[in-house]
Amino acid sequence: MTRKIVIDPVTRVEGHGKVTIHLDAGGNVAQSRLHIVEFRGFERFVQGRPYWEAPVLVQRLCGICPVSHLLAAAKAMDVVVGAGTGDGLPPTAEKMRRLMHYGQIFQSHSLHFFYLASPDLLLGHESDPATRNVVGVALTHRELAVQAINMRKYGQEVIAATAGKKIHGTGAIPGGVNKCLTEAERDALLHGPAPLNADQMVTWAQGAVDFFKNYYRKNKEFVDGFSQFPSNHLSLVRADGGMDLYHGVLRGVDADGKRILDDVDPQDYLEHFREEVKPWSYMKFPYLRALGPEKGWYRVGPLARLNTAEFIPTPLAQAEFEEFKAVTRGKPNNMCLHTHWARLIEVLHAAESMRELLQDPDILGGELQVKGRRRAEGVGLLEAPRGTLFHHYRVGDDDLIEMANLIVSTTNNNEPMNRAVNCVARALLTGVKEITEGMLNAIEVAIRAYDPCLSCATHAYGQMPLDVTLLDAAGAVVSHRRKPGR
Amino acid sequence: MSAGTPTGKKIVATTSLAGCFGCHMSFLDIDERLLDLIELVEFNKSPLDDIKTFTKDCDIGLIEGGCCNDENVHVLMEFRRRCKTLVALGECAIMGGLPAMRNTISLQECLDEAYRLGPTVADSNPGRIIPCDPDIPRILNRVYPCHEVVQIDYFLPGCPPNADLIWDALTSLLAGKELALEYRTFKYD
Ligand code: SF4
Repeated sequence: MTRKIVIDPVTRVEGHGKVTIHLDAGGNVAQSRLHIVEFRGFERFVQGRPYWEAPVLVQRLCGICPVSHLLAAAKAMDVVVGAGTGDGLPPTAEKMRRLMHYGQIFQSHSLHFFYLASPDLLLGHESDPATRNVVGVALTHRELAVQAINMRKYGQEVIAATAGKKIHGTGAIPGGVNKCLTEAERDALLHGPAPLNADQMVTWAQGAVDFFKNYYRKNKEFVDGFSQFPSNHLSLVRADGGMDLYHGVLRGVDADGKRILDDVDPQDYLEHFREEVKPWSYMKFPYLRALGPEKGWYRVGPLARLNTAEFIPTPLAQAEFEEFKAVTRGKPNNMCLHTHWARLIEVLHAAESMRELLQDPDILGGELQVKGRRRAEGVGLLEAPRGTLFHHYRVGDDDLIEMANLIVSTTNNNEPMNRAVNCVARALLTGVKEITEGMLNAIEVAIRAYDPCLSCATHAYGQMPLDVTLLDAAGAVVSHRRKPGR
Repeated sequence: MSAGTPTGKKIVATTSLAGCFGCHMSFLDIDERLLDLIELVEFNKSPLDDIKTFTKDCDIGLIEGGCCNDENVHVLMEFRRRCKTLVALGECAIMGGLPAMRNTISLQECLDEAYRLGPTVADSNPGRIIPCDPDIPRILNRVYPCHEVVQIDYFLPGCPPNADLIWDALTSLLAGKELALEYRTFKYD
């Protein structure tokens, strides 16, 4: 078999994130591109599979946020089996799914903040790349590392208890869930020995928000000014405008806060969304159909959610939300690095929500699954850690999937990530002949703020390898540099 | 091939090819044992740190995912050259895993579905563009498991392999001991 693969010498440097920057005749940045280099073909190969397999199959898109795909597919299949759209499930089923989802948000956001962002914050953007990583943090800030590991572990334990397994569980099924919690499981998560209990997680989450605010106070100019650009923002919100990461209506606002998508039912997403295909990236470019590709692109994720929601329905996170909103006087926040702040406020909201759900007797028993009149089509949306996730399926009378359409969170952020790169490139590279390591770092920091789930959409992770090429107006290479190792 | 650090730490590299990163996440699920591990090993090229290219030869290379594009093949061959021992971590690396479901379908059909036929692109891609550019890797006709491309020394089953299994395997390898895989560890979920 091996001998049969014929591939020309691969001279391309390896890496999943790749950036090219084009200069015009005057040496100014004309265009930057973030190329996404991965394609897998899920949309096609799930066709012909029975619909109940979809939740377990498609979560293999991503091992970082598998629960998001498990739940989005299950929500779409809820519609197919006639169980309603998010509000039709029995309380036990809905609450188990919410607990699973908040566990996922909690572990994924903790992972991002501590494992990926904190090295920059604690050790400095300019520090030696050899130690500017989670190992460096563990060696110099052991207490914080222990906290980070335990926060992630707690989130994973919540997932294991609700989904059956830490990664690629099966808990959510069309029309409901396949298990509820035993009292022993509930007690362990709620009041387990320190530090693995719900109260400790709330305390640590609050500490993480304070940690960022402290950093912000000392580095305000940098945090505010870095890669700031106006954009639309999109997320699900609850019918009353409150934040809801599991279910809601689609709301979009522009850079000034004007509604551009007014609380649309997810089942109608196709009326409002389209995607553009560009030859230089495997990742598509979604936009709002009414505004077109030029004006209709939007950001999703923590920053967008804090821009679309009117309040957060848990008290500690609400207090932080108010402080966050005050910075921009209630207007949408378009500052890229504030995404980290927004993400930590969501960590706090997730911790509070998990504690609330664990105290609810419904999770210990009750009806687990419902079904109604079978339908041919279903759409499932939710707010994954990195933003709005769309799953859409059509199922034949023979129960086999006929069509699958997936718009993952990171794809929704495709255009904003390209803009962020462009923004940094313009600020740093205009008129230069040589790319420096500092410039590469700056580009990477801009991309990292979006926490691109490089598995859903690409599949490198975190501090992705970067390969930057600077081209002149004629397309000749002026300078090429890849992020060096040590 | 010389590997190991002056202090006697073994050197470990990891990569994710056509995988979902779940195997790397399961590796992180060893939790506080991570702190013990960094006393035992030094990490080299890995998406978990800031090292983008091999800077030295390594003792152990952990591979997640099979090969779905030319870049995956290139990276895998480089891992074979630079690592003494290669471990295929999880179903994707061992048998192609879920992405290999496309092996029964032509690549063109997969591309058409994603870029030309899907409901959010059918009427918004008038040029019927399918991504193809010197700046993005070429997709292989099918997804290849790692052992069809290079020699693999050990295989750890699971989707993903359980964190305890990864820990036991890694510590056995570091100690130079063979690991007995019990029947119950074989789960092809
Ligand atoms: S084996 Fe499973 S967990 Fe590992 S990369 Fe493949 S799909 Fe993901």
